[in-house]
Amino acid sequence: MSTLQHAAKRISLAWTPGHTAVAIVVVALAIGFLPFVKMGLVVNGIFLGAIIALGAVGLTLIYGILNFANVAHGDYMTLGAYLALFMVGSVLSALGIEGQGLGPFTFGYPLLLALPVAVAVVAVGAIVLDMAIYRRLRDRGVSPVVLAMTSLGVAIALRGLVQIIWSGETQRYPREFREVIRLPMDVRVPPDGIFIAIVTIILVVGVYLVLTRTKMGKAMRATADNPELALVSGINTQRVVRWTWGMGAVLAATAGVLLAVFQAQLLPVMGWKFLIPLFAAVILGGIGNPYGALVGAFVIGVTSEVSTQWINPSYKPAVAFAIMIGVLLVRPRGIFGASE
Amino acid sequence: MALLEVADVVAGYGETDILHGVSIAVDEGEIVTIIGPNGCGKSTLMKAVVGLVRVKAGAVTFQGTDISSQPPERIVRTGLCYVPQSANVFPSLSIRENLEMGGFVRNDDYRGRIEELFALFPDLARRPTQRAGSLSGGQRQMLAIARALMLDPVLLLLDEPSAGLSPAIMDLVFERIRGINRAGVALLLVEQNARESLRMSDRGYVLAAGRNRLEDSGPALLDNPEVARLYLGGRR
Repeated sequence: MSTLQHAAKRISLAWTPGHTAVAIVVVALAIGFLPFVKMGLVVNGIFLGAIIALGAVGLTLIYGILNFANVAHGDYMTLGAYLALFMVGSVLSALGIEGQGLGPFTFGYPLLLALPVAVAVVAVGAIVLDMAIYRRLRDRGVSPVVLAMTSLGVAIALRGLVQIIWSGETQRYPREFREVIRLPMDVRVPPDGIFIAIVTIILVVGVYLVLTRTKMGKAMRATADNPELALVSGINTQRVVRWTWGMGAVLAATAGVLLAVFQAQLLPVMGWKFLIPLFAAVILGGIGNPYGALVGAFVIGVTSEVSTQWINPSYKPAVAFAIMIGVLLVRPRGIFGASE
Repeated sequence: MALLEVADVVAGYGETDILHGVSIAVDEGEIVTIIGPNGCGKSTLMKAVVGLVRVKAGAVTFQGTDISSQPPERIVRTGLCYVPQSANVFPSLSIRENLEMGGFVRNDDYRGRIEELFALFPDLARRPTQRAGSLSGGQRQMLAIARALMLDPVLLLLDEPSAGLSPAIMDLVFERIRGINRAGVALLLVEQNARESLRMSDRGYVLAAGRNRLEDSGPALLDNPEVARLYLGGRR
């Protein structure tokens, strides 16, 4: 009867002494390597990590609550980025709202107006997709593998749709050149990085507050713990599912817009190519653990950026993958995984 | 008319039926115990009542309303709450959060109810922010019962409340259960520890292979030599 009865993962928000120890080791390792790497790459890696974090936290929540590896997550990012482009390039410009070079940033204030609209459309789309496709499959009691494969189909379809509507050509948000911000010790910060950092911090804190302070957030964690007990407690698990998709999609679509800003380009494959770092961060951090996804994202972001100092940048996804495998060999449940 | 009436219920998982026409009734304020060998369908009966297992034939009536085709999250709103045998708390949530989830369907301010339950279960009040997963077996059982009491149920279903507990803790749990009943809540119990449970029950049912086998008052079932031989472990 319970459509979520396959789920057995949980969302762990408890910060334990073990977590502190792991965090100290990660930070110590990072500081130990600092003298040997270019600071610019580290800084870039932190911003990349922030974008990965937004995608990975959503992915890990969906996995924890729905027991569902959403392979289409990267394409939700792509869709968000293109919808923002559509808003900026077609809708807002037709209304005479144009501009670039807002303050220290390359983009203009129209993008700030476009972002919430694009994010809302992707969130509604994700909820509709769930009701139209995934929910029917869950109600038939299919296995998580079938759900993941279905989302692979959704991923391919979404990417095709983006390509049909916006073509496969490289596109970009209207932008104006901005100097990098120079800090002491030869640290150069791309100006848009500050925007990425602010948005990421707001959203991550927001997710934390929702999960720990609101009734729906607590119900999401309860459903991840035990869907059957959630049902007999009177929790409307269908509503929990919709909220989960909504939150995951909001984070993904925002990550997509930030990625397009950071890379200064949009391509239909941008999100799909981001899937490996996303999953690497989720698995690295321990599946279903938002803190872990956060730490995993920065580990993946920084190391894959720094690796370009020695190896060809096109191997970045391979580096993410190698780190993931390396960590799993030592800690099979991920660095923050629960020890049950 | 009885508070809860289960009439000729057939239920099970997938194609397999576990219950082949079971009938029981619970009156207001009563304690009723169901005993029977492992696999006779005691737990399935409870799940069928609360809507976790689909009722294929027969009817479950609660306070005069047919609830046999209702989803679980609707049934709890009618004042019928359920404590499963195992996995009956949310382990990653704190004690207080577990109680809040018990009151999920309440739209009023339920903080007062949480304080009442803390008074009833002082063990839980000591560290309300402790994660339920780190509680001892006895505390966990108390929390599971307290969670189900958040909605002020008319009828409480308890599946093996004493399972896995030490004798001392078991006595404590049974004492609490009697206290809940004295406050006016009707109880339907499934118990491995049948002797203790029948002793405090108004009535009892014996199930076997998914069918009604016997029905009598609690003390009478305790005195029944056949019940004693089959289900109470021989001598008293």
